[in-house]
Amino acid sequence: MTIRVQAAAFDPWEELTSYERSARERLAGKTGGAAVFVGSMRDFNQGQTVRAMTLEHYPGMTVNYLEKVEAEARTRWPLLDCLVIHRYGPLQPGDPIVLVAAWAAHRDAAFSACRYLIDELKTRAPFWKQEQTAAGRRWVAPEGSEK
Amino acid sequence: MPIAMPQITVRYFASLRERLGRTEEVLDLEGIRTVADVWARATGEPPPANILAAVNLEYADFSRPVQDGDELAFFPPVTGG
Repeated sequence: MTIRVQAAAFDPWEELTSYERSARERLAGKTGGAAVFVGSMRDFNQGQTVRAMTLEHYPGMTVNYLEKVEAEARTRWPLLDCLVIHRYGPLQPGDPIVLVAAWAAHRDAAFSACRYLIDELKTRAPFWKQEQTAAGRRWVAPEGSEK
Repeated sequence: MPIAMPQITVRYFASLRERLGRTEEVLDLEGIRTVADVWARATGEPPPANILAAVNLEYADFSRPVQDGDELAFFPPVTGG
């Protein structure tokens, strides 16, 4: 189980490859499914072109809540492993923002846990997006029904 | 020997930080019992409709008591992921 919050850009597919390689002894033969969600920065939002974004966070609390959400997922589903990586700081359109991956013996647990991790992260982990558009900077409003 | 005045640290994030023009401050606890009291002392504003609070890195109700050494935070709804 690994949780990372970092300013550095990352490639989610390389992260997954190296994580699977490092966890091979633990996972090989036991894992029947891995579910992965990658969230990336769009170059549009609410009808406007977005040039850049800054993600602010509350460092200690962010890690605290990512750990809580992960622990909850592990009590709800029989997970073999999970990996969560989230960026903060300045971002460019196309940059991966978040990676969530869940490994389990069966696909239902993997899909459900992956969905739970990203949904709970979005509503509870203290991150705030600020977009840069042609009209200036604006704080992003929380999502309603849009998912 | 002087006795240290009980104090708390208050942090602000995102649009609230920008609106208040500060990121952090230390307040004396005198006359303060709850998170709501901290908000009133720090901002002079009525209880906010759309601001969340945390005490020691955990979400907290505005009715929650505070004590010496606590770290409080106020911020708008979160938008990560």
